[in-house]
Formats: sequence, C-alpha cells, structure tokens
Amino acid sequence: MRVTFTANGRPVEADDVWEGESLLHVLRERVGLPGSKNACEQGECGSCTVYLDGVPVCACLVAAGQVQDREVRTVEGLGTEDGGLGPVQQAFLDAGAVQCGFCTPGLLVQTDALLARDPQPSDADIREALSGNLCRCTGYEKIMDAVRLASARACAGRAVTE
Amino acid sequence: MNARTPRERRTPRAQRTVQGQKNLQAIRQSNRHGVGGSPLRPDGVLKVRGEFAYSSDLWHEDMLWGTALRSPHPRANILSVDVSGALAVPGVFAVLTHEDIPGSKYYGLDVPDQPALAIDKVRYQGEPVALVAADHPETARRAARRIEVEYEVLTPIVTEEQCLDPRTYGYVHEPHEYRSHAHGNICHEQRVVCGLGVTDEVRARADVVVRGTYEVGMQDQAFLGPESGLAVPAEDGGVDLYIATQWLHADRRQMAPVLGLPEEKVRLTLAGVGGAFGGREDLSMQIHACLLALRTGRPVKIVYSRDESFFGHVHRHPARMTYEHGATRDGRLVYADARIVLDGGAYASTSPAVVGNAASLGHGPYAIPNVRMHALALYSNNPSCGAMRGFGAVQAAFGYESQMDRLAAELGMDPVEFRRINAVRQGDRMPTGQEIDAPAPVAELLRRVKDMPLPPPLDPDDPDVRRLPGALSNTSHGEGIVRGVGYSVGIKNVGFSEGFDDYSTARVRLEVIGGEPVALVHTAMAEVGQGGVTVHAQIARTELGVEQVTIQPADTGIGSAGSTSASRQTYMTGGAVKLAAEAVRRALIERGRRRYGWTGQDLTLAGGKVVSAAAGPLVAVADLLGDDAIEVTREFRHRPTTPFDRETGQGVGHVQYSFCANRAVVDVDVELGLVKVVELSAVQDVGKALNPLAVVGQIQGGCTQALGLAVMEEIVLRDGKVRNASFTDYLIPTILDTPPIPVELLELPDPHAPYGLRGVGEAPTVSATPSIVAAIRAATGLALNRIPVRPEHLTTERPGGR
Amino acid sequence: MEFLRPATWDEALAAKAEHPAALPLAGGTDVMVELNFDVRRPPAVLDLNRVTELTEWSDDGAVVRLGAAVPYSRIIAELSGPLPGLALAARTVGSPQIRNRGSVGGNLGAASPAGDAHPPLLAAGRDVFVEAASVRGTRLIPIDDFYTGVKRNSLAADELIRAVRIPVADGPQQFSKIGTRNAMVIAVCAFGLALHPRTGTVGTGIGSAAPTPRRAAEAEEYLRETLAGRGLWRSGEPLGTEVVRRFGELVTAAAAPIDDVRGTADYRRHALAVMARRTLTWAWNDYREQIRSAA
Repeated sequence: MRVTFTANGRPVEADDVWEGESLLHVLRERVGLPGSKNACEQGECGSCTVYLDGVPVCACLVAAGQVQDREVRTVEGLGTEDGGLGPVQQAFLDAGAVQCGFCTPGLLVQTDALLARDPQPSDADIREALSGNLCRCTGYEKIMDAVRLASARACAGRAVTE
Repeated sequence: MNARTPRERRTPRAQRTVQGQKNLQAIRQSNRHGVGGSPLRPDGVLKVRGEFAYSSDLWHEDMLWGTALRSPHPRANILSVDVSGALAVPGVFAVLTHEDIPGSKYYGLDVPDQPALAIDKVRYQGEPVALVAADHPETARRAARRIEVEYEVLTPIVTEEQCLDPRTYGYVHEPHEYRSHAHGNICHEQRVVCGLGVTDEVRARADVVVRGTYEVGMQDQAFLGPESGLAVPAEDGGVDLYIATQWLHADRRQMAPVLGLPEEKVRLTLAGVGGAFGGREDLSMQIHACLLALRTGRPVKIVYSRDESFFGHVHRHPARMTYEHGATRDGRLVYADARIVLDGGAYASTSPAVVGNAASLGHGPYAIPNVRMHALALYSNNPSCGAMRGFGAVQAAFGYESQMDRLAAELGMDPVEFRRINAVRQGDRMPTGQEIDAPAPVAELLRRVKDMPLPPPLDPDDPDVRRLPGALSNTSHGEGIVRGVGYSVGIKNVGFSEGFDDYSTARVRLEVIGGEPVALVHTAMAEVGQGGVTVHAQIARTELGVEQVTIQPADTGIGSAGSTSASRQTYMTGGAVKLAAEAVRRALIERGRRRYGWTGQDLTLAGGKVVSAAAGPLVAVADLLGDDAIEVTREFRHRPTTPFDRETGQGVGHVQYSFCANRAVVDVDVELGLVKVVELSAVQDVGKALNPLAVVGQIQGGCTQALGLAVMEEIVLRDGKVRNASFTDYLIPTILDTPPIPVELLELPDPHAPYGLRGVGEAPTVSATPSIVAAIRAATGLALNRIPVRPEHLTTERPGGR
Repeated sequence: MEFLRPATWDEALAAKAEHPAALPLAGGTDVMVELNFDVRRPPAVLDLNRVTELTEWSDDGAVVRLGAAVPYSRIIAELSGPLPGLALAARTVGSPQIRNRGSVGGNLGAASPAGDAHPPLLAAGRDVFVEAASVRGTRLIPIDDFYTGVKRNSLAADELIRAVRIPVADGPQQFSKIGTRNAMVIAVCAFGLALHPRTGTVGTGIGSAAPTPRRAAEAEEYLRETLAGRGLWRSGEPLGTEVVRRFGELVTAAAAPIDDVRGTADYRRHALAVMARRTLTWAWNDYREQIRSAA
C-alpha cells in the first residue's frame, strides 16, 4: 500500500508498504529518516520515540497505515531552523549524556516533550517522564544532568528575554 | 471527591539535588581539549542529530535482507533439511545451509569449535541452521518458515551434574571434536595454589571458618543496538562488510577462512555501534551476511530483532561457587578455598580466558597467605557464554564479598574495617605469584567510600510514591520499608592476560589544512560508545599541540587495534596513538633542527607552534611543515605477561589491576520483597583520568549494569530453552530504578601505563553488585546466596536461609 | 494482509462484519508487538485510529462512558476524579509513550490476565459494562461475563468494543501492582479495590494471578457483611487487624496463580494478601477521613 504523511514538516510518501510494517520501519528504511532507533520493536525501550500529531509515541508500535495524512516529528526535526542544534540536543551533548547514542534520539524527543509541558521539572518528574527510555551505557546520571541543564538554560534564556 | 490518584507531592524546585547543581558547574567548566580535559565527543553532534550511521541504519541500492533460521531445540540431530519451499517464495534470492559454505565450516575466538551453520546437529536453542536472502525482511522471514528441518530431539545436557557425567548424559561435543585442552564436558579449567594451599593444618590456624555456596544467573549485555551489518560484494571477488563489532581484525581472522577468501579480500569498516559490553566480541551475523552477499552478488543487510539478539550473542557465564574462608580472631584472613563452576554453554567462545580470570582474581583484592582456587567452564546445551563487562571477575566478586561480610559478622567486626585490614597493597603478591607493582589503594578506596555522606533517611511525611520500592505501582505508602547499607570492593584485570601478545596500531598524520596544522588519527579501534575517539583526539592535541584533530573511520585498512574489551582500549590504542604522535613530534622537531639549527633539548609543541621551554615560541608548525605531511604508524605493546601454570596458577598473568569500592543504600519493602536502590556510591582509582567526564560516565554505567545483575537481570532457562528473550521479560534498570551515583576518582599513576592511566570500564561492574546485595541483607537479615535477588527470595523462598 | 481504514464507526462495524478475522488495531501496543515479532499474521488489520468517537468520554454524574480508545494518559489527566482506581492503574501501564497510545479497549480486546485496567474495572463493581457493537446492534456485556479464558473474551467475531461504562466512584479506590522493576513492567500480580459506601459493598479485582482477571467474591462478601454487621460504614471506626488480615487471606484464596518467568505462584499468593491488606487500609483511612470531614 501507499502511505503519505508529513515528516518534520515535509510531505513524504512511501510505496509498496507491507500492511504489517511499522512507522519505524517506514521512517528508517523508506523515507530516509533512520534517526529513530530500532532497539526492541516492542515498546519497551523508547529508542524510537517520535511525535505523532504532537504526542510522543513509540514509532515501532504505530502501524504505517495509521499515519496516513498525519504529522510525524523525529529526532531529525529537533534542530533549530537555521540548522543548529536544538537546546535539548545541545544539553545532551554538553552533559556527556551521549555514549553509544542509540537511546539518544528517543530520549531527546521525550525530553523535548517533557520540557515543553513542564519547563522546570523536579528530579522525580524527570525520572517518571523518562522511565520508558532505556539507556544501557550511562547509568542515567548524565541524562539527568542533561535535562537539568536544558531546563536551566531555557529558564535563564527566558529570564533574559523577560 | 476522593481522587487520590498517585500519592505524590512535587519536590520543591529548591530541593533539586545538590549533586545536580555541582554537575552543572562541572559541565560549564569542562572546556579543555587535551588530556585531562573533558572535550565533547567528536561523534556527539551526529548522534544528537540522529544522523550518526549505526550498523542497522545502513542502506544500499539493490540491497537484500538476510535472515537466519534457528533451531528451536537445545540439542538435536538434524536428519534432513529441505530448502525447496523457501526457494519457491517470490522475492527470495538465496537459501544457504552449511553445505554452501565455501571454506572452513568452523570458527571461534579462542577455539574454532562453532559451525557457521549447524552441521548434522544443534547444540543450543537458536543455533543458526540456514540462511535466507530476500527483497523484504518479511519475505525473508516467511521463506525461512518454509525451510523444513527434520530434527531428532535429544535430552539437553544442562546441569552441572549432567555435564560432569558424560557417560550417563552424553557429550556436547564428541571427544574427538575437541580442539583444546577440553575433556569430558569441561571446556577449560584453571587452578591456583599459593602458600600451603588449603590443608587441615592451614584450616587449624583459623579461629573462624565460613563456608558458603553462591549462584549467579545468566546476565545479558542487552546493548540497545541490535546485531546488524551490511555486506557488499566487491568486484575483486571479495567482500566489504560494514559492521558493529568490538574487534574488526578478530572478526576478519575468523571470517576469511569460512568465506574461503584471503584476509585482504575481506575488508571490514566499523559502522556505528549501539553499545557492546562484551556481546559483540564474538561473531554474530558477520559470516552470514557475507555468505549471502557473495552468493547473490547483491548487498545484504541483516538486522537482528530483539528476540533474535538474545540468541545471537554470548552471555555472561552463570556460576555456581563454593567458598570457604578462614580468619583469625583479630580479623586476618588465613586462607581462601573456592571452586567456581561456570556454564560456558554450547561453544567455547572466550570461556578459557573467563576461567583464567575467575581463578586468578577469585580470591578478591585481599592479601591471603594460603589460597586454593579451582575454576572451570562447562560445555552444555545452554546458550553460549563469553565476554561480558567484568569477565569472570563479576561472578567471583559476589562470592568473595558475600564471604567477607559473613566473616566480619562472625568476628563481630565492621565489614569495611575487616576488608581494610586484609586489603592488598602495592608490593603484595597475588596468589599467582605476580607482584602488584603499581598502586593498589584498596584500603583507601574503602575509607573514602565509607566517608562519603549518606543520603538523608526516608521522609515518612513525603507522600511521593516514586521514591519508594515499587514506585508508581503504588505498593507501599511507607509500610514495610527498611533501609540497608552495604559495602564492597572488587578487583579486575586490565588488558588481555596469560601471555597473549596483545598490541594496538595507530597512524598519526600531521599536515597543514587551510593554514592550520591538523592531526589525522587512524586506528581500527571499535568505538562502541566508551569515548575512545574523544580520547584519541585529546592525546593528539596534547602530544602535537594542535587544536584540530580528525579521527578517521576505523577499518581493516590499518593494523589491529585489538578488542574494545578488558578495559584496555585507552591503555592500548590510546598508547599507540601516543607513541605515533610522539614520533610525529620528534620528526617535526628534527626537521626544525635541520632547518634552523636548534640545539636545545627543551622543545615541544604547543598552541600550533614549536616551543622552547627557555626561549618561548620558535616557529609555527604550519610554517615548519609547509605542504609536507608527517605520517607515522606505530604498534603499542604492554609489558609481556606469561601463561598461568595449569595446576598451580603461577605466572605473571595480568597487565594491570583495577579496583573500585562501592557503597549501596537501599530501601527494601520487606513484606513484598521489592527493592529501591537509594544511592550507589563509587570510589575508583583511575590512575589518570584522561577525560574525567567520560570516566565518570563509564563508572556510573558500569555500576548500573551491576545493579541490574543484583536485582533484576537474568536470562531464565528451562531445559536449555530461554524463557525471556525480550525486553518485556528480560528487564534492565530504568531511570526510576537507578539512583544517584556519586563518584569519587583517585588518580594514582601506574608507572607502567601511558599517562599513568588505569582501565576503568569494568571494575565498577565487578564491585557494585555485592554492595547492593549486602545492603539488602542488612535490611532483611536474609542470607541471599543467589543473584539476581528476586522478590520471592525476600519473602517466600529465602535461598540460603536467614 | 489487508489494512482496513474505516473513517467512521459504522464503516468499522461493516468492515468487521465483512472480515470477522480482521484484527482491530488502535494504539498498537499489543498488536504491533505481535506483528513485529512474527507472532501473528492476521488476514487483515482493522485500524480504528480514524474513528474519533472512540477517543471520547462522557460523564453523566453517575456513569462514565469511556471510549474504547481513550489513551491512558488522558485517563490519568482527565478522569482521576470519577475513576480514581482506573487512573492509578493507568499510571502503571508501560511507559509514558505507551500510555499515550494504549487504551482500556485494547486491554479488554487482548484480555490478557496481566492487563492493568482489569482489576480496577472489576473493583468498580458489577455494574461495569463493556459496550460491544456489531452491525447486528449493541449489547452491554457485564464485566463479570467478559473474561472467558486466557486471552479470551466474550466478544463475537463481528463485534468491536465501542466503550466501557463505569460507575463514577462513590468512595475511595486503590490499585497496587507488583513488578520486578520500578517502572515499565508487566504485572507479576495486581490488585484493585473500591469501597462503595452508597451500596455498602466493596469491589475487588485480581490481575495476573488466574487464567483471567477475576474478583475475590468471598473477600468482597466478607467485607460487606462485616462492615454492615458492625456498623462501620456509619461509625468509621478502624477495621482492626483481624478484619484486614482475613480480607487478605480471602483475596489470596480467590487467586489461582501459576509459576512463570515473572514470578512464582507462592509469591503471587503472598503478595496479593499484602496488597489486599494495604489497599484496604489506605482506602478505609481515606473513607474515615471523608466521613469525619463531612460530619
């Protein structure tokens, strides 16, 4: 079947999609957006987290046919408009929250969603929000640092503009 | 309304942890780019953009998808294989069995005992039997289901008792198939005896004797990036493989004979690696993808699914251990006696080296005058076991650290004090006879970890369930919660041991690009996430005084860098980069001497210039070098080691030792058996932190894998079959399971290592698990002689008793 | 495999009538796992994402009509007042991402004994109904008749779940779940409890400890009699340890757990008793507070 949807603001189209195929497979193998990762394909790791109509979901558990005419935003769409790193991306880099990096794309999307909802989350809120994103390398400490850093920078930025 | 949905209260902003604020401070200050600084990862920007090309992201025009048909049985004879049904599926390009293998049919890291595809029999569940290449992964899967394999199913040999009685239960490998020192179903064994060994006379010297049996379940590396790669057939009849691995050259050494190709026609390039932790040291889909690519003439990609990944790589050896220790009343260890039985599974993998570690490190970081260790790995019809972070030292540490706590309790001593009294020091001899000729600050690590401030006690008025065992599962509002604190320390060897001629190769090139001196660093080191690429750039900056460094992709176009394992890469390949960069520096300065007649011996490179300590900057590197380039390739070797004597274990077997001490604070719901680790502190001697940010990240990650082994991670087997090959049932710690992990670094340089550094990756994984179990014991009073500790162990079963 | 994409509820029912073997797909949190791992290859998949009324709920003050595909995250955010037990359970489902997609309709459709929504639905009382619809019409299946076996329910082949009708809570509700880690975990066993002061009854639901989700009927009856017989609903006196203990025993007695990779039968029985005691204590304390502040 054919599936058309919007990915990171651009219309995309995939042909000959097998009916059982996931959004994750279509993103990675058919429309050139391999940033979302295929770590478990059973919704147990969060590495494939993408925004679907603004809501973070596991792309591995969305059937390709379900995204017809809908909007998807992936890690590749988290940068700034001029091609720079987005604030969450920069914070993960600066904090040393990236080791192998396989969990990073999903964590970035989930963190982006968290900070959009709550710009100053408590540690417990951060942990709850990220509890669906497994990381095997870091022990999460530097991920906590990264989220705190992104939060602190955003608040400092707001203070300056205000 | 009574809507008391989650009992919680938002933590006030001001209470965000002090640790978090300190970390922010450190991040802002870490802007130095050479050795000792914490510059950002060179691959980091691509990784946060989602543009870093992992092995599973690769794509090629006309690419086919490969898949393997695997045995559902742990032990069976294959009576027939009929692939015609699969070949008839439209979209299928090739179906292969062992009969299609052009070269040798066996491979293996230490012992070539593993068939690339099963030959007449299968020895573990998930053993690959046939391969399919098709135009879509679903087509390949559908075709694989149509391959008809007739099995004669045999009773699997899975327990220690069965393995050690082959006359009754049979052989995993027939006696004539052995290719090493193996016998019966024993793959490898190693004894270590020192002092008087353990005799009645020695036992009589002890005032207190403690005996215990301990069990460790089978842990999985559970790296997030599944095994994957892309094989592209080349015009010269060879093949190019883009692969996530830990050791490109060892892969090639094992692959080429099977493919029937000379090594130079098997070219490997490292693709992005989504974690490894030992699980990529053995081959997985490498040979399979290449066989299919060479047969079809098309690029072939193989990506394992998560369940296939559980069958596609080796695991940490499960262990059964018996320990006996004797000590005097004043707290001195008199002897240690241990038997460590490791289940190696169907094929040897690295079992021999794991056994060597268990035997030579199994007494722990303690000075014990009389030791008798016996470690062995069995062949069985369980999944193969091999490398995982900690490599033979993890299992033993659970045994000896449990014993230390019991001895301290018997003696009425503080467990940390008891350990400090018996801690090894520089100048001591290991039971192997090897002298520890570098700092061994075991007692100091213990002192420091004990001195770290304890987390505040549980606040009974804080209704947020997320801080309690069970968290949002809402199992307790404070009922049944008991806090426990436990300590441990561990020892791990760094590098390849027992006489292995280990080396690493690096090429460093200095040239001027756009008016600036630029260093290019080329090695075959597998960057698996550890940050070796960051460190290589730091070394080049420090040695060559340049700012710009380009790290070239790792491939087999240069000599081996050895394995990214054994905590060895910064030592070995970092050492090679240092050697090569130093040679480039010497050549450049020599060029200046010739050109300018410099005579001083105080010349170095800094800030893009040749600098004399006495006279200051002499000339810009860009001017001295002009359009030329200086390129040097160097091999680095550590001090040689020797094999252990098989019976006595005597030998200078290890390159370096690494130590870490931990303190765990846990809250246990003693009624439900649920555990929340509240804090897991670590103090580690790292010799020299080349990149403190990365070093701390390694220690925190290593501690977290140890936490997983302590309380949740186990591949559960029944009759050789895996019962939880998924992330639904093989659980690894989430961010809600993982506590703050304060880390303190000690930097006591090892005079034999580059920059004085000490390999850091594994020691915390060795040492942290016992501290958590000790803390749970402290909270519950239970013996807990098996890990992972499960809720039923704390409530209805209580292994080991009270 | 066919991919059916009805735009309306009527189209969905027609499609299900025409393709009774079609597998309904909403949040995908169960179905897609089976597709990804080659566990299931249905002849057709019936995507319900475009049927917007499935993601709506209404509350008439007495009953919440919960659309089958209302995601758990919205149950937590919007329905913790009228459906506190379900909201507590919803917060333990999978991960935040899963909660953004998974729904009670999915739990009911899969009918896994481990589904987190089942215990609070059972505890909410016998007047919980699954609204099952087909081209033949709509019927209300009482929750007690819904679960028929391991991963089996009483839906006919041509039926789809439209909504669940759940009485608005009239008293405290609790939910507890055992997992072997502190987040993103399938229940080893779970327990839901609801006090119903209006009818003088107590509802229970046991998860992951029998072939189907089930209520602990004797435990409910014991509490009903005890609370009424001792006038506790009115007095708000403490229950006493003996009552709480007996309730735990009866809950355990109602379970029929097995040993599996997630836990042992013994542990499940043990944990159920503990959870039953604790949730009853919490709920009763809340109830006492309520009647005290109302007095």
